[in-house]
Amino acid sequence: MTEISMVVNGKSVKADVADNTLLVDYIRESLRLTGTHVGCDTSQCGACVVHVDGKAVKSCTMLAASAQGSDVTTIEGLANGDLHPMQAAFKENHGLQCGFCTPGMIMSATDMVARYNASGKELTEEAIRDELEGNICRCTGYHNIVKAIADGASKMTNA
Amino acid sequence: MGRVAKIARRTFLIGSAAIAGGVAFGVYAVKKDPDNPLSADLSDGSATFNPWVLVDSEKMTLITPHGDKGQGVMSSQAALIAEELDIEFGQFETSFGKPSPAYWNRAFAEEGVPFMATDHGFTAETMRSIMGGVVKLLGVQGTGGSTSMADSFDKLRTAGATARETLKLAASQKSGVPVGQLKTANGAVQLPDGTELKYTELASLAATIEPVKDVKLRDESQWRLIGKSMERLDIIDKSTGTLPYGIDISVEGMLHATVCVNPKKGGSLNGFDASEAKQMRGVKDVIEITDGVAVVADNTWRAFNAMRTISFDWGNATIPPEQEEHWATLSDSFKEELLDSTWRDDGDAEEAFKEGASFSAEYRSPYVAHAPLEPLNAIVLVTDDQVEVWTGHQLQRQLQVLVAAITGHEQDQVILHNQFMGGSFGHRLEFEHVKQAAEIANKMRGTPIKMTYSREEDFAHDFPRHISMGRGQGMVKDGKVTAIDLSLAAPSVMASQGGRANLPFPGPDSQLAAGAWNNPYNIDTYRMTAYRAPELAPTSSWRAVGAPAAGFFFDSLLDELIHEAGADPMEERIRLMGHDVSRKVLETAAELSNWGSDLGPNRGRGVAFVESFGVPVAEVVEVTNTDSGIKIDKVWCVCDVGTIVDPINFENLVQGGVVFGLGHAINSEITYSDGKADQSNYHMHEAMRMYQCPDIIVKGLENGTKIRGIGEPPVPPAAPALANAIFAATGTRLREMPFNKFIDFV
Repeated sequence: MTEISMVVNGKSVKADVADNTLLVDYIRESLRLTGTHVGCDTSQCGACVVHVDGKAVKSCTMLAASAQGSDVTTIEGLANGDLHPMQAAFKENHGLQCGFCTPGMIMSATDMVARYNASGKELTEEAIRDELEGNICRCTGYHNIVKAIADGASKMTNA
Repeated sequence: MGRVAKIARRTFLIGSAAIAGGVAFGVYAVKKDPDNPLSADLSDGSATFNPWVLVDSEKMTLITPHGDKGQGVMSSQAALIAEELDIEFGQFETSFGKPSPAYWNRAFAEEGVPFMATDHGFTAETMRSIMGGVVKLLGVQGTGGSTSMADSFDKLRTAGATARETLKLAASQKSGVPVGQLKTANGAVQLPDGTELKYTELASLAATIEPVKDVKLRDESQWRLIGKSMERLDIIDKSTGTLPYGIDISVEGMLHATVCVNPKKGGSLNGFDASEAKQMRGVKDVIEITDGVAVVADNTWRAFNAMRTISFDWGNATIPPEQEEHWATLSDSFKEELLDSTWRDDGDAEEAFKEGASFSAEYRSPYVAHAPLEPLNAIVLVTDDQVEVWTGHQLQRQLQVLVAAITGHEQDQVILHNQFMGGSFGHRLEFEHVKQAAEIANKMRGTPIKMTYSREEDFAHDFPRHISMGRGQGMVKDGKVTAIDLSLAAPSVMASQGGRANLPFPGPDSQLAAGAWNNPYNIDTYRMTAYRAPELAPTSSWRAVGAPAAGFFFDSLLDELIHEAGADPMEERIRLMGHDVSRKVLETAAELSNWGSDLGPNRGRGVAFVESFGVPVAEVVEVTNTDSGIKIDKVWCVCDVGTIVDPINFENLVQGGVVFGLGHAINSEITYSDGKADQSNYHMHEAMRMYQCPDIIVKGLENGTKIRGIGEPPVPPAAPALANAIFAATGTRLREMPFNKFIDFV
C-alpha cells in the first residue's frame, strides 16, 4: 500500500492505494470522476487520456503512485465554469456520436494545441490526424472530430 | 414466373404466423392499441396523451424509447414530437421510458417480409401490413435494422400533434376561446389577445380531457425542426464527461463483478482454483456461473486483478476448433439440402449458362467483432419482489423475459433503466452480459451487482458478424453484362441471434443474401441463391447484418463482369439500374466524383452500389498505389433515405458508416484456434484509425417515397468500392476480406 496525494481538478486529494493501482482506476473508482473512460485497458484506445502536470497521459498506463504530488486535470476539470473552447468546438462541430471516446479526444486535443502553440508550429489538419493516432473512435468518420479540433485550436489561441 | 412461385413458398411461414396470430387474438386485438405505460404511475395533475408525452405543472417529458447507442436517435425522436407539439429544444426533458408493448416497432415488419424494398405492389404491401400486426401483437420493442426513423416518423409527429390538440382543448375550456382561434408555439397555447397559457399550466386540466385522436400532420413546408441541423441534446454532457453511460453508473451499496467464461466457444467449466483470488484485498466472493466464474469485489479493478490469478480447467469448444474447418464447412454447404432460398431468379439462368459462364470467382467474408468502445456492462439488483437492471440495451422487452427466466420473476417485475450506450454495432442486441449479471445478483439478492467485461472478455465472447462464402459466375456479351449468378453459403445470423433472444425467426433468412438479391438492377439473368450452412461460431447482427458480406460479393462480381465486358464501371451500373431513385444515386455519385476524369499515374477509382434496409447507396473510392502501399484518398457517398430529419447527424452517420465499412474491410477479422477467438483487443482488430481515414464527401438525396434510416446502409458498399478502386489502380482483384492479408495499406 502506498499513500498518495495529488491535486485533481484543483482539489487536493489523498488516499491509501495498492501499489499497482492505475491512475485511471483511482480517478474513476475512488474519486468517482467517471468522465475519464476505459475502453481497452491496454493503452490503445485513448478514452482514458487526462493531463498530468499539463501533459496528456493515458491514465490506464500510469500508476496512481506515479502521479504522487502531481497536478491532474480530467475532462470534468478542464473548463473554468462554462465550456472550455475545445468543448465548445466539439459541440458546435457535432464532433461525436456515442461520445465515449470524446473526453480522451478533447484532453488529447487541448494538450496538442498547447504543444503546437508553445513550439510555434502550425497545427495542420494532417498534424491533427497524426497526433490522434492513439485515439480510437468507433462511431464517427473522424471528420467532425478533426474539424472540431481545428476550430477549438483557433478558439484557444484567440481566447 | 419462377420468382412468383418461390415468393409464395417463402411467405408461407410468415403468413401462417400471421394467421395464427389472427385466430388467437382476433382482428380487434390487432387494431387495439396497447395501454399507455405512462398512465400506470401518473401523479395527480400530470397529463399524458399517448405513450410519448407527459406534462405536469413543472415540466414536459418526452419519451424516446429507441435506444441511443451514439446514432443520436434520442434527439431525433424528441425533434419529431417537438415539431408538432410546438416546443423547443431546452424546454423539455427526455427519458428512454419503461419497456412496453406500446413501443412496438412498426418498421420491423418492413425487413421481415421477403419483398424488395422497391416493391410497393399489393401483395408486398399486404404482407407488410400483416407482419406489422404480428409485431404489434407480440409487442416487439427494439432498436435495430436502421428502423428508428421509419418507425417514429409518423408515430411521434402524431404523438406531438395529439398532445398539442388536447392541450388546446384544455386552453379553450379554461379561457372560453374556441379552439379554432387558438395557436401554439414555444410550449404554450396563445390566445387571440396575446395571452399565453403554458402547457405546464394546462396539465392538470388537460389530464381530465379524453386525448384527441384524429389529427392532420403538418405539411413539410411548415416544418421548423425537421430537415434542419440540430444540436444533439446530449452533446454538452458528452463533451464535459458528465453524461453517465451504463459503465459510469453507481447504485447505493453495489458490489463490482467481472466474469471469465470458457473462451473455447460453448465449452464447459470443469474446475477452477481461486484460492489466491479469494485472499486478495477487496474480493468478496468467487462464484461459479454458467460455463465460467465471476469475481465479486469492492471495485472493478480489484475484480479484474483477482480474475487474473484464477486458474481454470476448461472443457473443449463445441464449435469446430480451427478456422479452416469453418471455411471447409461453408465450402461444403453449397448443396440442395441446405438451400435456404433462391432469393432472386430473373430471366432463365439455366439457359443463360448452358454453355458455361464467361467468368467465375469465389469470395470470402470473415467473422468480425463489434467491439463498441464502452465495454459491456450491467448492474442488476434482485429482490424477492422485483429485479432492477441498469444497462444500455436495444431489445428492452426481450431483456425482461430473459432476466425473469433466470431470477424466477414475472416479466413485468423486471424494471429496466435503459442507459446511453457507448456504441453497439449490434453487440447490445445480445444478452449474455446481462444474464451473467443477473445470475450473480440472483445469488446475492439484495445487493446490486455491477458486472463489467474486460476488453478481452468482450472480444472472447462477442457474437461476431457471420462468415460467408460466395461463388459467382456471369455472362457478358457485346460489351454488356447479361447474366449474374451468385450463390452464397453462410450460417444464419438471424437464427443464431433469435435463438438466444427467445425470438424465433422461422423460415428463410433474408439477411443471408441481403445486399445481393435486393439490388434494383434489371439484368437479363439475375439469380441469387442462399445456402444455410450449419451454425459454427454463434453470430449476431453486425452493423448492416447480411449486406457487408453479400453486398461485397455481389458488387465485386458485377465489377469483374463489367471489366470482362470492357464497359465503364459507372456507366454500366447506370445502364443496368432499373429503379429511378437508385439510378439518380449513381448519377449523382458520378457527377460529384467527376467520374471519368483523368486521375494520373498509380491511381484508381472504384464505384459500388448496394441497397440495404431500403436505402440505395453508391460509393466512389479513389486510391493511390504508393511505394509503401495503398492510400485511400477520397470517398464520395450518395444515398437516398426519402427524408433527412437532421442533416448534420445524417452526414456524421454516413461518414461513420463509410469508415466502419472501410476499416474492417482492410484490417479486421476474428479467427478461431482451439475454439477460441485469436484476437483479444483492438491492436489485433484495428478497424480504422484517424491517420488512415480518407476525406469523405456525403450527399443525401430525398427522392425515395418512404423515410429510411441511415445507420447501417453506408457500410456495405465501402468494401467493394475500395476493392474495385484497388483493382483499377493495381490490377489486383481482392476477393477476400480483410484486404491487409493480401496488400499493404499506408
